[in-house]
Amino acid sequence: MPTNTDNRKENLINPRHNPTLAAVLSIIPGIGQIYNRRFVKGAALFILFAAFFSAMYSFIVSGLQGLVTLGEIPREHDSRVFLSEGILSLIFFAFFAMFYVLNITDAYKDAKRIQLGWKVPNMREGFKNAWDTSFPYLLVTPGLFLLLFVVVFPLLFMIFLAFTNYNLYNAPPRHLLSWVGFDNFIRLFTIAEWRSTFFNVLSWTLVWTFVATTLQIALALFLAVVVNDPRIKFKRLIRTVFILPWAVPAFVTIIIFSALFNDNFGAINLHMIEPLFGTKIPWMTDVTWSRVAIIMIQVWLGFPFVYALFTGVLQSISSDWYEAADMDGANRWQKFRNITFPHVMFATAPLLIMQYSFNFNNFNIIYLFNQGGPAVRGQTAGGTDILISWIYGLTFDNQQYNMAAAISIILGILVASFAFFQFRRTRSFKEEGNI
Amino acid sequence: MNTTSNKRLNKKSKNILELTVSYAIIAIMFVIILYPLLWALGLSLNPGRGLYGASIIPENWSLEHYKWLFFDPRSNYLTWYKNSLIVAVATSFFATFIVCLVAYAFSRYRFKGRKNGLYAFLLLQMFPVLMAMVALYILLSTVNLLDTLIGIIIVYVGGAVPMNAFLVKGYFDTIPRELDESAKIDGAGHFRIFFTIMLPLAKPILAVVALFNFMAPFMDFILPRIVLRSPENYTLALGLFNFVNDQFSNNFTRFAAGAILIALPISLVYLFLQKYLITGLTSGATKG
Repeated sequence: MPTNTDNRKENLINPRHNPTLAAVLSIIPGIGQIYNRRFVKGAALFILFAAFFSAMYSFIVSGLQGLVTLGEIPREHDSRVFLSEGILSLIFFAFFAMFYVLNITDAYKDAKRIQLGWKVPNMREGFKNAWDTSFPYLLVTPGLFLLLFVVVFPLLFMIFLAFTNYNLYNAPPRHLLSWVGFDNFIRLFTIAEWRSTFFNVLSWTLVWTFVATTLQIALALFLAVVVNDPRIKFKRLIRTVFILPWAVPAFVTIIIFSALFNDNFGAINLHMIEPLFGTKIPWMTDVTWSRVAIIMIQVWLGFPFVYALFTGVLQSISSDWYEAADMDGANRWQKFRNITFPHVMFATAPLLIMQYSFNFNNFNIIYLFNQGGPAVRGQTAGGTDILISWIYGLTFDNQQYNMAAAISIILGILVASFAFFQFRRTRSFKEEGNI
Repeated sequence: MNTTSNKRLNKKSKNILELTVSYAIIAIMFVIILYPLLWALGLSLNPGRGLYGASIIPENWSLEHYKWLFFDPRSNYLTWYKNSLIVAVATSFFATFIVCLVAYAFSRYRFKGRKNGLYAFLLLQMFPVLMAMVALYILLSTVNLLDTLIGIIIVYVGGAVPMNAFLVKGYFDTIPRELDESAKIDGAGHFRIFFTIMLPLAKPILAVVALFNFMAPFMDFILPRIVLRSPENYTLALGLFNFVNDQFSNNFTRFAAGAILIALPISLVYLFLQKYLITGLTSGATKG
């Protein structure tokens, strides 16, 4: 071992150049770089950091303080503004910290390389290198910036809200908000009304996602196999009509359907159910019938896209497979089970999974059909409300912001863990790891 | 002799039976698909305004509702159409451009934070923007963009980044790397490679992304409902939704007329481009 270190020491060309010293000097950004004799870079870094520091210091400090207190004078301080400024400060601070750490590691690495005899590039080369390494960041910056403010900031805001007491009776600017820790989550699971509503809605969300999506895939597969039969004529016409529900904007068709299903003067009750069975079905006012109606509508809306996918795959399956199966005397069902089905599923699995996750958060159909109704006695959610539409209702109708945020977090955790397991298993992400 | 012909007859009749069943299924599906759409079309031609008494084949049909939408001074329909077009064009352009830049960086460069960035995109595309509507509302009101089209455009563009970046990255990954590497050896700069080599090759997926982002503002009504307050700033979806939401049975025929005027162009675009949409989606999603 000692010989080893001796060897390495001998290889050093500039043994007196000290990486640790460079790193320590970088505590004031830029000085470490100047020690490494990269004067322009050091000066630029120093000026940039100084500018950022002087411009943002007071904003960040007061923002973080506000995040802790959420305002002190009722009616004058708006806690929501304090909260959002606090989150912005957190984001800025995170950026600052990241660049600060990068600055120190950069000085350390450069010093290490100088020790090993690396010549500091001249200004031109330095610029070229900087341009090359920073180009991908330049590409990402506009997207990242938007993402931060439109997606990340609101999500953070919502997460923070879940730990406050922001509701109809305690709303800024008249009242100040305060931190309540996990109270909202505890209430969600201990107060009977909340708990039963939550589990009702959750179980219906899961049932809805599973049943609606699976039916829509099954219908699409069935129709694709029927139409793919070589004896069927007018394929183009059939395909065009079958794709129509996908082409017409969903919000239009859902509203049309909600009129068709109307209890009293909808065409379905008036022209189909009543003449046939002599009674009306309460599509809008009975929980079970509403659910049935919504699932049927979603199947109508959702099967065309899957159908189009499947037809594409069916046409690409080589006929050799079927000829070989014919030789072995396989019947139609066996051919379907062992050739068609695996082919189709393998080729479209990721997109089918996306269909499930789409329906899990399919707010439009629930809200446009009958606003999540009918109302259910003793709970804030209607009979067809899924988690996302319940959250919407809690936020915009009942103004229970804190509870809505808490439920959002639970929804987010559910979705994220599902996504995580799913994507870890997909091929493309494994390949990604090897690069 | 007799038995073989019998068998053939059997097979033939079985064949016919099967085909009849298949056609019957297709016919039933035709009825189920076309009935609601034709019903809406018929309704829009009804002279009355209510749902009750309106029929799919009106006895004395009229274009009254269409005329009202275009010419009545109380109608904002044309303004809404204009607003929707502005939002759609701007969203489609900016989203495609920004998504392209991001996807190109993630596909072709290896930089610090790349892997975590990919994970973050995967996670973020799972969260519906709807979950954070309250915060968006407060954010837009603090920067004075509430009740403006610009505010809506910004939110749409930001929300489009994670999902579409993955799609486009998947497509970029399929373009052989040798192409841009040889260009680099020939001395082409980063921007040159991006604009003259990568973008032209990625046209199909760019068309898909542009189209999706063009269509989305026509169909979405939740975000406009939260952000837009004054009727002259409404987009089509929101305005039409308010026709039925305000007094349900009163304006339904008018809604139907307005709805048909947006459903028609959108469905035509989809029907013409369906092939590209599907291939674009499958290639992006299976490889990305």
